[in-house]
Order: sequence, then C-alpha cells, then structure tokens
Amino acid sequence: MSTLAVHDHGVESHDHDHEHHHHDTFLTKYVFSQDHKMIAKQFLITGITMAFIAMTLSILFRIQLAYPDKTFPLLHTLLGRFAPEGRIDPNFYMSLVTIHGTIMVFFVLTAGLSGTFSNLLIPLQLGARDMASPFLNMLSYWAFFLASVIMLSSFFVQKGPASGGWTIYPPLSALPKAMPGSGEGMTLWLISMVLFVASSLMGGINYVSTVLNMRTKGMDLWKMPLTIWAFFLTAILGVLSFPVLVAGVVLLIFDRSFGTSFYLSEIVVQGQVMPFEGGSPILFEHLFWFLGHPEVYIVIMPALGISSEIISTNSRKPIFGYHAMVYSLIGISVLSFIVWGHHMFVTGMNPFLGGVFMITTLIIAVPSAVKTFNYLATLWRGNIRFTPAMLFAIGLVSFFISGGLTGLFLGNAALDINLHDTYFVVAHFHLVMGSAAIFGMLAGVYHWFPKMFGRLMDEKLGYLHFWLTFIGAYLVFFPMHFMGLDGVPRRYYAFTEFPSMARWLSVNVFITWAAIMSGVAQIAFLFNFVYSIFWGKKTTQNPWGSNTLEWTAPVEHLHGNWPGEIPTVYRWPYDYSKPGHHEDFIPQTVPYSETMSSNLSHDFEDNEAGLEAFKKWQIANPPREEVK
Amino acid sequence: MAFKNIFRFKTLSAAAAMLLFGTATAMAQTAPAAPAAADGDSAMWIGVGYYVLLFVLVAIIVGIVGKILRVYDLTSQIQGKKPINWNNIMGILFIVFLIAGLYGAYWEFTVQGTMTLPEAASKHGVDIDNMFMVTFGITVIVFVLTQICLFGFAFIYRGSDKRKAYFYPHNNTIEKIWTVIPAIVLTVLVITGFFTWKTITNSNDVKGDMPAMNIDITGHQFAWEIRYPGKDGKLGAKDYKLTTATNKIGVDFKDQASFDDLVADTIVLPVNRPVRLNIIAQDVIHSVYMPHFRVQINAVPGLPTYFKFTPTITTMDMRSRLDDGKFEYLLYCNKICGGAHYNMQKIVRVVTESEYEAWLAHQKPYLNDALKKELKMVDANQPQAPAQNRLALNN
Ligand code: HEM
Ligand SMILES: [Cu+2]
Ligand SMILES: [Cu+2]
Repeated sequence: MSTLAVHDHGVESHDHDHEHHHHDTFLTKYVFSQDHKMIAKQFLITGITMAFIAMTLSILFRIQLAYPDKTFPLLHTLLGRFAPEGRIDPNFYMSLVTIHGTIMVFFVLTAGLSGTFSNLLIPLQLGARDMASPFLNMLSYWAFFLASVIMLSSFFVQKGPASGGWTIYPPLSALPKAMPGSGEGMTLWLISMVLFVASSLMGGINYVSTVLNMRTKGMDLWKMPLTIWAFFLTAILGVLSFPVLVAGVVLLIFDRSFGTSFYLSEIVVQGQVMPFEGGSPILFEHLFWFLGHPEVYIVIMPALGISSEIISTNSRKPIFGYHAMVYSLIGISVLSFIVWGHHMFVTGMNPFLGGVFMITTLIIAVPSAVKTFNYLATLWRGNIRFTPAMLFAIGLVSFFISGGLTGLFLGNAALDINLHDTYFVVAHFHLVMGSAAIFGMLAGVYHWFPKMFGRLMDEKLGYLHFWLTFIGAYLVFFPMHFMGLDGVPRRYYAFTEFPSMARWLSVNVFITWAAIMSGVAQIAFLFNFVYSIFWGKKTTQNPWGSNTLEWTAPVEHLHGNWPGEIPTVYRWPYDYSKPGHHEDFIPQTVPYSETMSSNLSHDFEDNEAGLEAFKKWQIANPPREEVK
Repeated sequence: MAFKNIFRFKTLSAAAAMLLFGTATAMAQTAPAAPAAADGDSAMWIGVGYYVLLFVLVAIIVGIVGKILRVYDLTSQIQGKKPINWNNIMGILFIVFLIAGLYGAYWEFTVQGTMTLPEAASKHGVDIDNMFMVTFGITVIVFVLTQICLFGFAFIYRGSDKRKAYFYPHNNTIEKIWTVIPAIVLTVLVITGFFTWKTITNSNDVKGDMPAMNIDITGHQFAWEIRYPGKDGKLGAKDYKLTTATNKIGVDFKDQASFDDLVADTIVLPVNRPVRLNIIAQDVIHSVYMPHFRVQINAVPGLPTYFKFTPTITTMDMRSRLDDGKFEYLLYCNKICGGAHYNMQKIVRVVTESEYEAWLAHQKPYLNDALKKELKMVDANQPQAPAQNRLALNN
C-alpha cells in the first residue's frame, strides 16, 4: 500500500519515490521486480516465448497430418524416441496436441494476455501508482514462470508429456496404463496447472482490488475505459472459476496417486479388472467445464476490451454504445457460468440438462452479437487510421464473427450430436478464441508497445505480419469446417485408416502449408519486437492521440507512474472528434470548463452545477452554426 | 503506388515458390525407403539447408523491399510529393480481401461443401439436417452482411486529413433493435432445437412403432465388441468384474437371458426398424460416432449410455445413391482414448429384414465352448458378486 502514499511527498522528486531505501539492483529491477510495468513485460515476454513453443508444436503435428506416410529424418534427429524413424509416434502426437492446447489456452491467452495487459493498463489507465499488492503481483508472475517451466519439463520425462487432450478427461488421464502420457507427464501437467491457477488467482485478486479501490479522483466506474471493464470482469470470472478447476485437479491427483475413486468406476484396463468403484468420469467433465467455459471468455474478454479501445482510438470516434458494451460484458460474464454443459451434450449427461444448457448457450450469443454490431457502428463514418494495432483489431472482429456464428450450430444440442469432437469444433474455437484472442493480444502489443518500451514498432513490418497472419489463419481454419461436416474427428493421428477421410489429405497438405506460412510470418513480428525494443524509433508521449490516462504519464518509466500528483479525471475516455473542439481528441484529464465550445448538455447528466454553468455559457455564446 | 505492386508481388511469389517447392524436396522420404544412416543424414541436412536458405532469401527480399519503400518515401518527400498513403493502401487491401474472401468462401462451399456427409440415413437425422439448413441459412446471411460491413466500412471510412469522424456515441433505438432481433432469431432456433433434441433423446418407444431392438456395444482400447440378443430378444446382464480373456465384456451367466446372446463382427441393422444401442466402455471414455446416421454418444466406464435411432437407407441403396460401390456406413471412436484412437472402427451395414434374419442366423453364440469350459471352472468358487446394474443417469 505504500505506493498509495507517493503523492504526499514526491512532487519534484522524480526518479525516486516512495521506496526510499531504493536504487534498484539488476535483480530487483528486472527479475524480482514489483513494478507493474516490469511485471507486465515479464508476462508478455514469457507469453510470447510460450506462444512460439506452442506454435512449433502445432507445426510438428500439422506435418504429421499432411504427410502421414512419409518419414522425416530431421524429426528423428530433433525428437529422438518420440519420432522413431522420422515419423511422429502416435502417442507423442497426442502429447503434441495436448501441450499445444494447454499452452495456448492457459499460458498464452490467459496469462500472457491478461497478465500483460491487466498489469500494464489497470494502474496506468485508472491512475494508480501500482497494483494493490505489488508483492502478490510479483509472486503471481513467478508462479506462472514456474508453471511454464514445469509444463515444458514434461518433454524430458521418459514417457513424454501429458497426452489426454487439454481437457484431460479421466479415466484416460487417471490410469498410467492407459497411455504413456498419463504417467509422470500427467503428474507434471497437474502440478503445473495447480501453480498456474495459484498465479492466476493472485493476479486476479490483485486486479479486482486495484480496480475497486485505487482509481484516481474522478474515475468512477462509468468513466473507466472498456479495457478496464474487460480486465475487471475477466479477473472476477477467473477468481470464481479457477478454484473449481483446482478442486477437479486435486481429486484427479487423489485418484491417480492415492487409490480413491472420484472419477473411476467399473474399469477393466487391458484385461485387468481394477478395484475402483462408485466414481463418475462425468463429474470431472462438469468440474472441468465449469472452469472451461468461463475460461474461453477469460481469454476473449480482454481481447475484446483491447480492441474496443484500439478501434475507438483509431476510428477517431467514440466507441458506439459504451453502456451497451459494458452491459454485454457483464451479461457474458454472468451467463458464462451457466452454459458449461454445452460441451457435454453427448457425454451421457441427462438429455434434459442438455436442453437447458442449450437454452442458456444460445442466450449468450445475444450480448456477443451486440458487441459485434457496436464495433461495426464504431467504424461507421469514422476516420480510420490503419495502424498495425488497428488492423489486428479489425481482424479480431472478423474472426469473432466467423467463429461466433458456428457457435450457433454447436450450441444447438441436436446439431451438436453430429458435430461434437469433429474438426468443426476445431474450426469454431480456433477462429473465435484462438485467432481472435491472439489478434487482440497482438493488437495490444502494437498499440501499447510505446508505453512499454518507449519506442515504436515498425509499421511496414506490422502490415506484412498482419496480412500474412490474417490470410493464413483463414486458410488454415476455414476448410476445417467442411472436414467436420464430413464427420472427420479431431485428435486423430492419421486419416489413413479410413478411405472416407483419406480424401481430405490434400486439404490437410494445404492447411499445413498455410500454417507454416503463418508461422513464418510470426518471425516478422518477433524480429520487429526485439529490434524495436532496442533500436525502434523513439516515441512521443501520446503517439496515437489517445484519451486515456496512460498517455499522460511520461515516456520514461517511473516507479509510481506519474512524477507529480496523479491526474484527475473529468470525462469518459471516448471523446474523439467531438464537434466544436479544435482537436479530434480530448483526454480524460481535460475538465469541461476548458472545452466549453464542445460540451453537450448530455455531458452534465448528473452534474447540476455544471449543467447550469454550461447553460449560462451557451446563452452567452450563441452557436454560430448548429452542431449536430 | 507502383511500389506497392512490387512489394506485394515479391512477397507473394516468394511464398508461392515456397509452397511449390516445399512438398517436393529432400525433406520428405516415402516410408519404405529407410535411409542408410550416413547418406540419409547428409541428405537431410541439405534439405534443412535448403529451407534455411529459402527463408534467408525471403527475409532479404522483405528487407530490400522495406529499404526501397523508405528511399521512395524520402525522395518523394524531398521532391515535395506526398509520401505513400498507407491508409489508402490498407483500405484497398481490405476491400480486395473482402472480395477474394467472399469468393473463397463461396468456392469452399461449392467444392468442399460437396465433400461433406451424404443425406442422413436415419429418421431423426433428417430433422437434424433440416435444423442444420435453417441455421446455415441464417448464419450465412449474417456472415456475409457483417463481413461486408466490417471491411466495407474499413475501406470507405479510411482516414484522411480532410475529414473528421462523426461523433456518434450511441443511439438507443438502434441498439434496442439489434438486441431484440438476434434475440428473436435465437429464440426460434432454441425452441425448434429444443424440441428436435427432445424427440431424439426420448427413450420411450413411440406408440405404433415396432419396439426397438437392443444391441450391446462395448468400447475398449482399441476396439468395439458387439453383442446381439438371441431368440429371446433380451441381452443378458453384465458385470465388469467377470471380465476375462474369454468373457471379454463380462457377461453374467447367472442371467438366463445371456445364454443365447450372439457376438458379431459387423453391426448389421434391418432397415426401418428402431434400434437401441446400449453402450459402455471398459477402460477409458470412448465415443460411438456414426455420422451417416447423425448418431453420437460417449461410451463411459461405469455409466451405461444408449442411443435410439431408426436407419432408413440400406447400404446398397446408399451405394447407388452415391454412385460408390464401396461405400460403407461406419462407426468410429470420437473421444480421445489413447494412441490408436485414430483407428477404432466398425463397419455398419443396413440391410433388408430378410437379409438381416439370414445374417443373424449365422452369428456365433457369445457363450462359446472355451467360455463354457472356463465358466464351469470359475463357477464353483466364484464370489457372489451382486449384480450391479447401475442406472444410466440418462434413463
Ligand atoms: C456465440 C457464442 C458461442 C456459442 C453459442 C458457442 C458454443 C460452443 C459449443 C456448444 C461448443 C462445444 C462444441 C462441442 O464440443 O461439440 C463450443 C466449443 C468451444 N468454444 Fe464456443 N461458443 C461460442 C463462442 C465462443 C467463444 C467466444 C469462445 C472463446 C473465446 C469459444 C471457445 C470455444 C472452445 C475453446 C471450444 C472447444 C473446447 C474443446 O472441446 O476443446 N466459443 N462452443
Ligand atoms: Cu463453452
Ligand atoms: Cu476410443
């Protein structure tokens, strides 16, 4: 809490503030840092690293899918026993998909995305010196780091990493005999995830309390940028749902290691009758998806928040329907807790329950639709500036539409009968979650890079990166819908055993090469990112002409963010292109008294005195031309 | 502007070259030709080198193009001309993407769309397909309109210094409209979907219909065991504890009904007769997936599940409809279940009633000689395992 007290003393002391003992060493500045901006960067760089690893894994299994009957000596050289004779082993294929999914969903799109931008933006956009608990914040990062290391270390155990899919349904994940990955690999997966959840909880609690308690003067909830709303609701979702995953995981650990039967019953493995009785695998599925569904919104909501901000800033227009945007975020958050059963329509769950979940699921599509329409309305009659961040934000909207619409098929229990666990589902979630959220993250990186590193990324390379990735992602995921509609299951090592599926081999080759192209395109990003950190063009304080508070902080990073007093907020963050104002943006820190010519009576809704003053001013200055 | 073309052309052609050469190089070798160690190694590294070189080449080209662009920009600034207007270029690219993308989507629908499953071969499958078409119609319209708006707006309202954006923070009427309309459409989808789902999952025999015949399917790593009831039409009870190498699915022979049960290798179904598949798994979760019949339900250890449906098109009929003499209906596993998950299939054949009777007469009894022998031995000291017929949650 010491951070709160800063403005009491350090008005002119600039580069040194509250922690008087200080003078950062390398260790406290870059490693065990408690500064939210540094922690954000740590999350980002770890997240990007994990993303590249997970992407490489996906290229490996895409090669297997495209060329199931070819051998690649290189694979043997690289992977050793996991690719005997240059072909990926079927069990290792399963490990690849499992770890790819786990890393992407949790380590990249949850920790990498929320961790980076919640940490960076919550204090900066709300006008706080730091997080409510900087220490917890640091722990959160290091628990995440440890979780990442443990997850990756599972590649070095004898039998390979966990391989039961990222959903790790028991009994497959509970019986080491059922597949090699269910041995030590699974144990490591479980340990890693427990740490991950701990990290996520520490982060989430911090975000929630910071948003609730540490907003600067004038920053009431309805003046918060949509980014903050999104991070705030995401953190609440995480805090409420991740513990359920831990419960599920702990019971699984008991089943695996202590002979309990929470999820196991009437099992005969390889001819051997097992002693488990009375458990239910369905119980695990409920626990898993009780987190799992909110999790997908934990992934997408920050991305939506980020793109709201970026689209508004770069359209030079207020976000359309700010209140509706907030209410639909709230609606999505609440509803996301009562739809998890749509992942379980055909699991043997009571069909009546399936019917109920189908109703709730399709209701959640309404707020999602509202958000989409509001984005479109924001672009309408804008004055759009295509920064790379803006391109990625537009890409996000496109993916969110394409992938969201297929949700209407899957959310319909009757249709899901034939679509469940096929490539249709793969297409759905890679568009709506995978691609959309990654684009949100990339948009955020391009947009707030100057805030993080004080330099700008190269725009041209950003353009190249965007187009290759955008086109690539559609080329990869669009054809998968049709494979799904032909009944091609996901998580199949090879389609060679079915003549009906072998027809899709040429499509698989195409998809694999599109994936490789998009993968290579990420090198443009990586290069741009690293190069710009050191040699990028120096940025100005507010490079995008943005209204939010973070751009009122100096470019150089200070512990405590603002050298003097924390700025006060007077207006909402979306006064772009307001008629009557000489510039096309009015930062939140500009009081209405300084912008008389652009004020609207609407601006004084709950401010009697202000309205009166404004009325008087209007009478004194009759409008020369009617402003509509 | 001309440079825009060079830029795009070069990167695109480099990408295309990669695609072209990529598949045909030394990296891949067909399976049987296991390379001699030393030889293969150098071939491999040559292959790797080739790709690295290709990548470096592309990177250099990108770098050069970048430089050219910068020089071009600078010179035009010196000459007092306007620099490249990237806003315009990106706006135009979006419109190009929109058109190419819509055409691409159309192409996919017409080409790959026709590769999807044939018409439903079961009664409820027809309802599902109708639902599908309705949903498809609605979503395609929304898809096209919203993508056109998105990229269209991006193009039309691309930035310029001359304009100012239109300050338009909200409009409650419009917002109400586009909340209510999706809500109505979704309500329609939910209601029809709900009733379709209810009829499909209804386990009671429909009045007037033939009672469903029962077939028992047991999944284990990595195969399916099929059991038909004998003359009595009843499947004997099971107890997983009785599972042995000969009594593969643990049939309980204290139940008389099990004596005449039959094992089968293929699933053969008489056309137009309701069947009820009784499904269980022994080791891990599997899933009975029969896409042509629009049938899927998981096979769960400890939790019996079932699926009731009526096949309506015989295999022969389907073969002639599809003009594919080798067509077979299939049942395959659709829940990740281990290393050989990708090959856990059974052929399903739908035949006429008489063909079915003839086929059934040839099936072997589950209680074969080996099992009889084993049972005599086991029966004497078998512990009295209570017959545990746990009810499926969905019964
Ligand atoms: C329009 C709203 C949406 C609806 C109605 C919807 C519906 C569904 C349904 C029913 C499934 C289960 C399909 C199956 O396994 O058979 C599913 C899967 C999935 N959805 Fe959505 N979805 C929607 C939006 C989203 C969003 C916004 C995300 C993420 C940001 C998302 C992420 C996922 C993921 C990750 C899966 C697959 C999980 C797995 O099985 O591995 N969905 N969706
Ligand atoms: Cu879900
Ligand atoms: Cu299986």
